[in-house]
Amino acid sequence: MTPKTKFELKAGPATREAFGRALVELGRENKDVVVCDADLAKSTMTVYFQKEFPERFFSFGIAEANMVAAGAGMALAGKIPFVSSFSAFAVNKGFEQLRCCVAYPKVNLKVVGTHSGISIGEDGPSQMSIEEISLACSLAGFVVLSPADEASTKALVKQAAAYHGPVFIRCGRVKAPLIYSSDRAFEIGKAIQLTDGRDVTIIATGLLVAQSLLAAEALEAEGISARVVDIHTVKPLDRAAIQKAAAETGAIVVAEEHLVDGGLGVRVAQVVAETHPCPMEFVGVHDTYAESGQPDELLDKYGLMARDVAAAVRALLARKR
Amino acid sequence: MPKSLSELQALAKQVRREIIEMIGAAGSGHPGGSLSAVEILVELYFDYMHIDPKNPAWPDRDRFVLSKGHAAPVLYAVMAEAGYTPKDKLNTLRKLGSIYQGHPDMRFIPSLEASTGSLGEGLSLVLGMGLAGRLDGRPSRYYVMLGDGEIQEGQVWEAAMAAAFHKVDNIVAIVDYNGIQLDGFVKDIMDVAPLADKWRAFGWHTLEIDGHDLPAVRHALEEAEATKGKPTCIVAHTIKGKGVSFMENNPKFHGTAPTANEVQLALQELA
Repeated sequence: MTPKTKFELKAGPATREAFGRALVELGRENKDVVVCDADLAKSTMTVYFQKEFPERFFSFGIAEANMVAAGAGMALAGKIPFVSSFSAFAVNKGFEQLRCCVAYPKVNLKVVGTHSGISIGEDGPSQMSIEEISLACSLAGFVVLSPADEASTKALVKQAAAYHGPVFIRCGRVKAPLIYSSDRAFEIGKAIQLTDGRDVTIIATGLLVAQSLLAAEALEAEGISARVVDIHTVKPLDRAAIQKAAAETGAIVVAEEHLVDGGLGVRVAQVVAETHPCPMEFVGVHDTYAESGQPDELLDKYGLMARDVAAAVRALLARKR
Repeated sequence: MPKSLSELQALAKQVRREIIEMIGAAGSGHPGGSLSAVEILVELYFDYMHIDPKNPAWPDRDRFVLSKGHAAPVLYAVMAEAGYTPKDKLNTLRKLGSIYQGHPDMRFIPSLEASTGSLGEGLSLVLGMGLAGRLDGRPSRYYVMLGDGEIQEGQVWEAAMAAAFHKVDNIVAIVDYNGIQLDGFVKDIMDVAPLADKWRAFGWHTLEIDGHDLPAVRHALEEAEATKGKPTCIVAHTIKGKGVSFMENNPKFHGTAPTANEVQLALQELA
């Protein structure tokens, strides 16, 4: 696809890379920031922090349950711990500890899951996390962040540190197109409208934000005016932005690299049902596990490309009329 | 202020009475594992730990986490006696709106060091506190009490491995080895013996004591403090339901409240 007008999506670093760099900056700014990892520092990119602040980096080995709870103990003793692993392990294996040691006592712990979604590629489903938005959102009081690119990741990692309370941040393995300039301001809980549109709103998060922008451009050539909204904060949701989109465009497609069950789409649908009911479509992983393959091949096969978002829009508009 | 042995013994008896009364009033709860832990908590809170109930957020305080959170009544009684929380409200245990929740809950008692109840998590919490305390150069020591049934949880051994690996010598794990868990005797449900050998194999300085012998508890805590470069585990041999004849070594009283009649009988024994 050749971007012509609004968006020229340039390749950027993976959000995990941006997370690792942001952690180092945080470490320089605040000596209370500590980092815990479970034998994946070279993949989660906490290795940058480890190199600069070895005394504030703690290796927990391959034992996520203990790491999450020990991180909670550090937070109870006044630290701002960032606990990191692949999402599939940090959240799924640490879930009970996230519930009882972090969410329920409202502990100031930050959990960062990398290698989220199916775009991790060749390693396959055991390493792919397609349910952690659902899991993290089910933890009462948690803030759940899902940045789309380098600038949003860096900004939101810093906001997470400044916010007092439990936060989960979802990062990916593959390079993410640049969507924002480095000086762009982000606010936890405040969605960002990237393009205006009259006919439909595409609400997206993570890697699917870029695909949604490409879809909007393709649709424009067909005379369809699509609004694109980046939900970088899945919880708490920006209800006002969703209500506005429903009221002004009357049709909403939600796109995410996550199981449709329990994902962003379901959460958006709840707000739409409560505020301004309108037809919706959902782009995501539908009740299955993916497989090994190159990231692009997987996104293509499992229906997470701009083409799939555009097809969902067309189907939705056919229903709307 | 340090107390004499006879004062500590009197406090232990008073705490036992309060445990019986509050669980009796609640109509549910876990008397057996509360009674087995009395001397250890009395020794910690009234003799050994550096704490200030009037200044519970003192950053350099010692900290105690009751990982076997179902024994909350013993912690509540000790904290109330120490002046953290109101004594006259102990009998609101487990009732709606009470600060004395079924398991320790920091939302209701901010001076608690952790919310516990899901077994297997307290050693990890204390490990994190110990690492943070060492990083900050604090003199604080960090204590956790584990149940013997609780240590069937795999997370305990993840934490045990990590604590020895990181050479965290400001933390102490105390296992309340009373031999009984909810479904019966530990040896019949999932035996944890040889317990001390397991902790030693995981790299901990380990000692075994009579958990109802106050001077022995103090001596063990001193030995733990003198041990450098590794964490210490105190395997405390205790009697479930200690102090009430019909509760002692009786699995029924792991998680069953005494009847009104049984409360009276127990209080007579603890007079």
